[in-house]
Amino acid sequence: MTSDPIKLTIDGQEFTVPAGSTLLDAAKEAGKDVPTICYHEHCTSYGLCRVCVVEVEGQRLLTPACVAEAEDGMIVHTRNKRVERSRRTILEMLNASVDLTEAPEIVEQLHDYQADSDRFSGGWQREQPVIDDNPMFIRDYSQCVLCWRCVQVCAEDAQYTFAINFSGRGCETNISTFFDKGLTDSTCVFCGQCVGVCPTGALKPKREWLLERGHSQDEILQMTHTDRRKKKRRQERPYQTGQMK
Amino acid sequence: MSQHNPYPPTTFDLEHLTRDLDSFALQGRTALLPALHHAQDLYGYLPEEIVTEIGTRMNVPLADVYGVIEFYSMLYHEPVGRKIIRVCTNPPCSTSGGEEVLKLLCKHLEIEPNQTTSDGEWTVESVPCLGLCEHAPAVMMGDLALSRADPYDPSSILSGKITQATSIVGGDIRVLTRHCGKGEPTHIKQYEDSGGYQALRRVFENMSPSDVINDIKASGLVGRGGAAFPTGLKWEGAASVDAVSKYVVCNADESEPGTFKDRVLMEDDPHSVLEGLIIAAYAIGAHHGYLYIRGEYPRATTILEHAIAEAEQKQYLGRNILGTGLDISIEIRRGAGAYICGEETALFESIEGKRGFPRIKPPYPTTHGLFGLPTVINNVETLCNVPHIIRDGPEAFRNYGTSESPGPKLFCLSGDVARPGLYEVPFGVTLRHLIDNLAGGIVGGSPQAVLLGGAAGAFATQADFDVPLTFEDLRNTGLPLGSGVLMAFNDTRDIRQVLKGLAHFFADESCGKCYPCQLGTQRQYEILSRAAAGSPRLGDRDSLDDVGWTMTDASLCGLGQTAASAVLSALDLWPDLLGVTEE
Repeated sequence: MTSDPIKLTIDGQEFTVPAGSTLLDAAKEAGKDVPTICYHEHCTSYGLCRVCVVEVEGQRLLTPACVAEAEDGMIVHTRNKRVERSRRTILEMLNASVDLTEAPEIVEQLHDYQADSDRFSGGWQREQPVIDDNPMFIRDYSQCVLCWRCVQVCAEDAQYTFAINFSGRGCETNISTFFDKGLTDSTCVFCGQCVGVCPTGALKPKREWLLERGHSQDEILQMTHTDRRKKKRRQERPYQTGQMK
Repeated sequence: MSQHNPYPPTTFDLEHLTRDLDSFALQGRTALLPALHHAQDLYGYLPEEIVTEIGTRMNVPLADVYGVIEFYSMLYHEPVGRKIIRVCTNPPCSTSGGEEVLKLLCKHLEIEPNQTTSDGEWTVESVPCLGLCEHAPAVMMGDLALSRADPYDPSSILSGKITQATSIVGGDIRVLTRHCGKGEPTHIKQYEDSGGYQALRRVFENMSPSDVINDIKASGLVGRGGAAFPTGLKWEGAASVDAVSKYVVCNADESEPGTFKDRVLMEDDPHSVLEGLIIAAYAIGAHHGYLYIRGEYPRATTILEHAIAEAEQKQYLGRNILGTGLDISIEIRRGAGAYICGEETALFESIEGKRGFPRIKPPYPTTHGLFGLPTVINNVETLCNVPHIIRDGPEAFRNYGTSESPGPKLFCLSGDVARPGLYEVPFGVTLRHLIDNLAGGIVGGSPQAVLLGGAAGAFATQADFDVPLTFEDLRNTGLPLGSGVLMAFNDTRDIRQVLKGLAHFFADESCGKCYPCQLGTQRQYEILSRAAAGSPRLGDRDSLDDVGWTMTDASLCGLGQTAASAVLSALDLWPDLLGVTEE
């Protein structure tokens, strides 16, 4: 199917983009920097983080650029006061909720939008113990921004393994296995795709995590070796919950 | 469950479940919520062993099944008491003693809220709105609704000698409510004797689908669930799409604090809902419809199940309706405790057996609705208008109300009025008329404010009491009509406490999908908690404003977009509400 290209105005300048482009594609084409958090080019976009919102004239509300299609005659503002207010507030709230120290792209956005790191401090935080239940990677959900990418690649976006989904709802939502079991007792095949798409340090190769904690290469080999043996033993034994550290 | 079994149970007889699961499995994932409900009815809760069986048999990934259970507050994967007492702690129940009821009940049973007694007999929960606001403070014991619970008499609540709370109905006209307020449902004979199913007969015997749509368009009927979208246009949109199948859905998931009109309509006049839904199906060419009833409405569910059976027997529903060769079936779906499922696309997800996450719009339901197919979804009250429009003609309908807001309208009055209840009036009466003439005026003090439109509405003060309640007049004053909620507060009420209660509701009910609402509802609650405690922080006023506008402007669905509505309107009315002066 070929359609005529789309003509639209982005920040006062006219651009032509291929039909079917999202506003995010169009902005990129126009050389405009529209921030994103949950967006990943190989994952289905669900418009979760809303930091990619832009103002489209004539629309009552802000428009998420990652999912909205460019249309002929649209007049788009990628960064004005209204857009900045929402982006900044979302970033400030996120920063007060989640440990973002290992999310350099988001940290850069915090600076760019002059996010105040104090205004929402002292309230609820996504505090979770690190889950170290397998020899391949650790899960530190206190760093989880709920971008959904891990759940998506584990399911229909890539692996069709369906080892993880959600628990809770609202801000208490977490990424979770069936009854919060350890990954070795789930359908996880340790393909590592979730680790690959994680935008923060929430999912991290075990090796990297151990190195950061000051362990030497030899120690790490030794430790993961034991882990592997443990796993083998566990298969012969009834269900056991993953160890939490 | 038998009283003699050990509690909590440790072994489960899978035999019953396994047999029933075969029929659920045939339907696919859409039957997941019904299967979970069924299993919970059998076993009291959903232990891992049972859930594994359900997921395996139904071919749904186990992590997904767990995700679904975790989403709905009325599904339990931990043991709960044999009887669950649910106490509403949202406004207006909170201002009428709901918190006291909860506290004293728990004290009596020697547990904390949301805990179970050690003998496994009772679980007491603090819950969001039960849709019994005219009976505040509202309590449900199991499936029974208790009217005006007495906090100081917990043993009478526990004794089980409870009379079911029934509807309180009044008003200037009795069109939609003509069968309501009798304390019992209208059975099919009574309904037929007063003109019921004549509209359906006319439609199936003498009208084409486009005739029906033209009548609805000519009537000027707009949706009564809050969004006020023209019903005829919605139907026309779905009717004009070619598709292998289409669906009609009745949204009976009203869950917003202050709203109870749909409960009354369903409990007292179930056939008018069915007649409207069947006519909608005919108009768009759908052969299957769903009635999605919130989990907190067990009585309405039972009554509608019975009404469906009655209608099928009379050939108004089912195969070969009135001998025309047309088939339309209607299936009831029970919600499971999630306000968000009143959002139309979240409701579709729920019927499809998923967590109730709202979808991005566009595309809209009329082209991509339930199972991705063209769907018309209408609110209960909207559908109840349909038989009247068809039977008496659009002109008769336009005799009520104004030219821009035609028809009868239901208002749910609760809070500090002498006679809380459901009142039917034509569009165009004033707040003052509803409050003073119909509901007996504000009691317990002088009028302070009325929350108009529900938790997602806005505050009106006495200055607005003479504005006619029509879409056009309210638009000019910036007030929402919403779903027709009027929650009254006298001047002894601390609006900050009310706002904290509303904020708690939204933080509890946010699905967590988009960041503005997931994080904003929580931050809004924290700021308003500080305000209610009299210890606001410097800068809280600005933060609350930013959070509110960000949720309004950037959230994915209507819940987030209106979660700050009442708060922002309060800040406009009472700029010093938070008690901090900004630099």
